[in-house]
Amino acid sequence: MSSLAGLLGQPFLRYAFIAGAVIAAASGLTGYFVVLRSQVFTGDALSHVAFTGALAALAAGANLLIGLYGACIVVALAMAALGYRGQADDTVIGSVFAWILGLGALFLSIYTRSTSNGTSGVNVLFGTIFGLSATQAVTDSVVAACVCAGLILIARPLLFATIDESVASARRVPVRAIGTVFLGLVGVTAAAATQAVGALLLLGLLAAPAGAAQRLTARPFRGLWLSAAIAIFSVWTGLVISYAAPKIPPSFGILAVATGVYLIAIAFTANTNGRRA
Amino acid sequence: MTGSTVTGLSWNVVADLRQLMQFPFMVNALRAGTIVAVAAGALGWFMVLRRQSFAGHTLAIVSFPGAAGAILAGLSAITGYFAASVGAGLVIAAVPRSLGGRARSSESAIIGTVQAFALACGALFVSLYGGFLNGLTGLLFGSFLGISASQVLALLIVAAAALAVLALIARPLFFATVDPDVAAARGVPVRLLGAVFLVLLGCAAAEVSQITGALLVFALLVMPAATAQQITARPVVSFALTIGLGLVTVWLGLTAAYFSIYPVGFFITTFGFAGYVLAGAWRAFLWTRRRPAAAVPA
Repeated sequence: MSSLAGLLGQPFLRYAFIAGAVIAAASGLTGYFVVLRSQVFTGDALSHVAFTGALAALAAGANLLIGLYGACIVVALAMAALGYRGQADDTVIGSVFAWILGLGALFLSIYTRSTSNGTSGVNVLFGTIFGLSATQAVTDSVVAACVCAGLILIARPLLFATIDESVASARRVPVRAIGTVFLGLVGVTAAAATQAVGALLLLGLLAAPAGAAQRLTARPFRGLWLSAAIAIFSVWTGLVISYAAPKIPPSFGILAVATGVYLIAIAFTANTNGRRA
Repeated sequence: MTGSTVTGLSWNVVADLRQLMQFPFMVNALRAGTIVAVAAGALGWFMVLRRQSFAGHTLAIVSFPGAAGAILAGLSAITGYFAASVGAGLVIAAVPRSLGGRARSSESAIIGTVQAFALACGALFVSLYGGFLNGLTGLLFGSFLGISASQVLALLIVAAAALAVLALIARPLFFATVDPDVAAARGVPVRLLGAVFLVLLGCAAAEVSQITGALLVFALLVMPAATAQQITARPVVSFALTIGLGLVTVWLGLTAAYFSIYPVGFFITTFGFAGYVLAGAWRAFLWTRRRPAAAVPA
């Protein structure tokens, strides 16, 4: 108990725990629908965009947050607008995002050349949750809390639109608008989570808790809350692991716990699935 | 970054080429790039045809923790690249088509989790090794500096072996790709061919990783093949075109990176993507020209 008090006595850890929990809740909630709607590769794409956006802003001398949020939201909305008529196949997505990542490499080299700040690219890729300042922690928490609130607000119609699109639109659910709002929320989540776990790893925070929750329960709202809970558990446990063993980067701890929970969920449900099928 | 004798690009092609070739490291880089482009083109062509782009993406990403882990363990990065990518190819081939028989959404969640976890392992190895940030950027985004002659030889041997196996299985593999059911009925071992192909793809991904870095492998695997398959539907022509496009992309990328201060990964992805966009525009152009002719019978 005293060690826990010591853990929370340090301001940087307090910020990491609070901001991490809110960001994890947002990732778990949006991730549940991302997996349900088979938009995991949209999440993958957004993580590439987050990296390039952040480094473009740094290379241009602007605030990292502007590039991060700007790029993620714009690209998410663009994908919502384009992706509706016919799913783009993975060759197109792969080509576009390999190039976007190449652009990110360019901005990285411009930025690290113009200043002596060589670690920023690595920070964007793999996250700096222990390096959050008070203002960053507050900003990220508020943004992520807004995402949670927005998602809970549209959860029912979104679920309806996801499960049976044509019946939903026949019942006058604005399917298209809800899909667009949802992708915008995913974009905001990706931007917020980039600070915590990094651009390359946020896909894991979107996919793993949601995948585990969908294995454990078939009931949508229970799964939604479970997904958020697993995400928060992963972040907190990962942070504790990383605090106890400083050599382990927090991103790895978080992802390792999330992956472990997913593996346990698969192992746990493999039998019942086999019997049912 | 480049030597003091480099004066920059001029319109004199011969002088430019001589400048390009004056350092052994650049000659090695061009040799390695050529080998990698041929292997990536050949395997990438089948990959695009078989719609296994995301398997290729995963194999490529796995090479990053492989290389970082090998460096941490005191081995050469090249060992790690091949061990991780080929191993991952075997694992993907061994996993049954759909784990547990759930829907596609569950499967993509698994792929996403595996990729993110592989990258997290890479981050862990780098952190455990401590402070090779420049090396990290190289592993992720590629570097053509410091490729030794023995590395070129290793690349050549692996590429030659992979291409020889591919040549042996090319016809049945093509059959199994285009129509798996009929091929299986005719006694073609579809499953085995798929596994062999994934291992070969792992070899190609590991080779490309050493030039473009783990994150940009996809560019060289998918872009030339996607471009060529947009231009022509005839298998042999588009196969040859894929390899040609791959070679041009790599050579241009290496040359541009040599004469500028920016990373090679950026140039290779940009040239590859430009080719893809041009081919798409060309096809759209042909399409709009053909349509009125078809609509109005002459």
